[in-house]
Amino acid sequence: MQPLTQQLRQFVVDNFLFGQDNGFAENTSFLDHGMIDSTGMLELLSYLEKTFAITVEDAELVPENLDSIDNLVAFIKRKQRAAGQGGTASAS
Amino acid sequence: MCGIAGIVNTDGGAADAAILADMIAMVGHRGPDATGVFTDAEAGFSHARLSIIDLTGGAQPMSNPERSLWITFNGEIFNYLELREELLRKGHRFATRSDTEVLLHLYQEEGPDCVRKLNGQWAFAIWDCQARRLFLSRDRLGVRPLFYAQPRGAFTFASEVKALFAHPAVERRLDAIALAQIFTFWVTLPPRTVFEGVHELPPGHSLILQDGRAEIRRHWQLEFCPDAKGARSEQQYADELWELLLDATRLRLRADVPVGTYLSGGLDSSLVTAIVERFTDTPVRSFSVRFGDPEFDEGRYQDEVIAQLGTEHQRIHCTQEDIGRAFPDVIWHTEKPILRTAPAPLFMLSRLVRESGYKVVVTGEGADEMLGGYDIFKEAKIRRFWAARPDSRLRPLLLRRLYPYLQNIQNQSDAYLRAFFRVDQEDTGSPFFSHLPRWELTSKLNLFFGDALKTATAGYDGYGELEATLPAGYGSWPGFCQAQYLEAMYLLPGYILSSQGDRVAMAHSVEIRLPFLDHRVVDFASRVPPALKMKVLNEKFILKRCAGALLPSSIRTRHKQPYRAPEGKSFFHAGAPDYVGDLLTASRLREDGLFNPVTVEKLKEKFAAGRAIGIKDNMALVGILSAQLVMDRFIHGFQKRPRKEHHAAPDTAATAVRS
Repeated sequence: MQPLTQQLRQFVVDNFLFGQDNGFAENTSFLDHGMIDSTGMLELLSYLEKTFAITVEDAELVPENLDSIDNLVAFIKRKQRAAGQGGTASAS
Repeated sequence: MCGIAGIVNTDGGAADAAILADMIAMVGHRGPDATGVFTDAEAGFSHARLSIIDLTGGAQPMSNPERSLWITFNGEIFNYLELREELLRKGHRFATRSDTEVLLHLYQEEGPDCVRKLNGQWAFAIWDCQARRLFLSRDRLGVRPLFYAQPRGAFTFASEVKALFAHPAVERRLDAIALAQIFTFWVTLPPRTVFEGVHELPPGHSLILQDGRAEIRRHWQLEFCPDAKGARSEQQYADELWELLLDATRLRLRADVPVGTYLSGGLDSSLVTAIVERFTDTPVRSFSVRFGDPEFDEGRYQDEVIAQLGTEHQRIHCTQEDIGRAFPDVIWHTEKPILRTAPAPLFMLSRLVRESGYKVVVTGEGADEMLGGYDIFKEAKIRRFWAARPDSRLRPLLLRRLYPYLQNIQNQSDAYLRAFFRVDQEDTGSPFFSHLPRWELTSKLNLFFGDALKTATAGYDGYGELEATLPAGYGSWPGFCQAQYLEAMYLLPGYILSSQGDRVAMAHSVEIRLPFLDHRVVDFASRVPPALKMKVLNEKFILKRCAGALLPSSIRTRHKQPYRAPEGKSFFHAGAPDYVGDLLTASRLREDGLFNPVTVEKLKEKFAAGRAIGIKDNMALVGILSAQLVMDRFIHGFQKRPRKEHHAAPDTAATAVRS
């Protein structure tokens, strides 16, 4: 598992599943499985912006970017490439 | 208003006056003015009195002149003067001016069906010495509480569960299914309570105990049969509602003590206060809660109403520290886990009311359920409207109109708002369409259940149980009325009127009276077409029309803001009370077996770091903490209160007539 995937998974497990990793798949939709509610969205957003030093625009706040581990990984990489950072981010 | 308790020993043993005194001592807060005990062989009643009507003549338990019927009564019969006249014409003679005696005579005249004639809020028991029969009844909507348990050889009842626990044969155990219900519906489904073997008599029901067998029968059913659209004009509905509210409020001012009002600054309590001030001779004193945190405070609106009406006003200032401190006492009174802290400020407010010399307050509860005020109704209306045209780009834009006071919702992107409120095709046909989002969200809290609780509740189908109790016509009602029914039948008695109503008011011997739940207002509301309750997205439209110029326009036009209080942060701050840490340690959680120590630890971390901002996290914390408090105060550490001196009811066991 990539470090980024692992890191995001840990955040989701700690914050939305309170430590209980039920073995959900990397393409599992957070919304469909009730893992994330309206507040959870804001928590996720604040985590992404702080941890990966990215700014998420309003237009980017769509499930295609944020609604599974896979979507998040792809989104963060895309954002970092666009910002010219490259490499894998780690938690600050 | 009072506390009641009683025993019928179905094994024939004599009822023990000492046990009855122990039981009533537990609910002494409900009636600090006098205590009475009556026994008649296998049966006995006790009563703790809060004197409101006929201060000198209304002592209880009370008998009829023949001493063949005895009553212990908690509540008020507001139309007792009219009923008394009727009974006088039929030849009944009265020894007191109390509503209790009227109730006794009415039962003598009409038997169990007498409750259909009552306009009031009641929980009472009548013992028929000749028939050896017990009759229990509870008011239509569940304003007054009434619990019972049937340990071996006995039937016991009381206003509060803690009084039942003072009976030596009643066992104290938590009911796992009840916890699953609370962590879904926010309430237990009556007659279930959070204690195994302890039941509540459901609102609108009576119970007859004869020869050891208890038969429960419904005496009232909430049903919606809205008039055809256009059958009457808006003005006609508004006029009729006005007349009803005026009379319902006047009746509720019948008391031999001064009456106050609760004033939140919302439409309902403001209107009730205005009616008392402008249309009765009663000088009104209003009481309110203020919060330092502007997210919760409604002081600005309260001040506008006070300025316009000129009421004498008193208020408490409530902080998160206050809530944290008061919470264990609050749970002692709610006797069940709760998912919100909102009862705590009202617990504090009733103390102020009592210290100010008031025993009775009129409040605005019930208007949101009956006249269509809640956001859950609006949310369901928008979701249904959107589901009819799922591809519409414009319809989901209405979601922005929901919850203007919740920043977490307002800060979402349109895409996510759509995702959160999206309607699954299979849900459109659900009888619980309106409530599925709330219940689904809440049931996610079972994530925190410990293994034992998970096992005990595995496979339990709460929706199935609820669906089996719906009235026959439910499926044909408009969706709006279905949503109203669910609020009025479950959240209203199970939380609003109890945990946030009677229980925290009676904690300081204060009686609440609710004009909007006068059964004539309720019957009227069940006939108003839904489109006039919520006109497009304008909630309580008919009520606003009826309020007219009586209130400042800002009160009529403001968006309804539900009464809320600081939640989880009340328990996580520098001076947080010790019990929070004690009850949530891993070892304590393991010992109690309800919740998973690992998940609770993560939740605590989130709160400690200030990251727990969501509805779900807050519900989880308040629910877990209150369940742990119930465990601590009622299961492990239950303590009987010392008995008070009581008067024996006149003519007790020795002279009660035997068949």
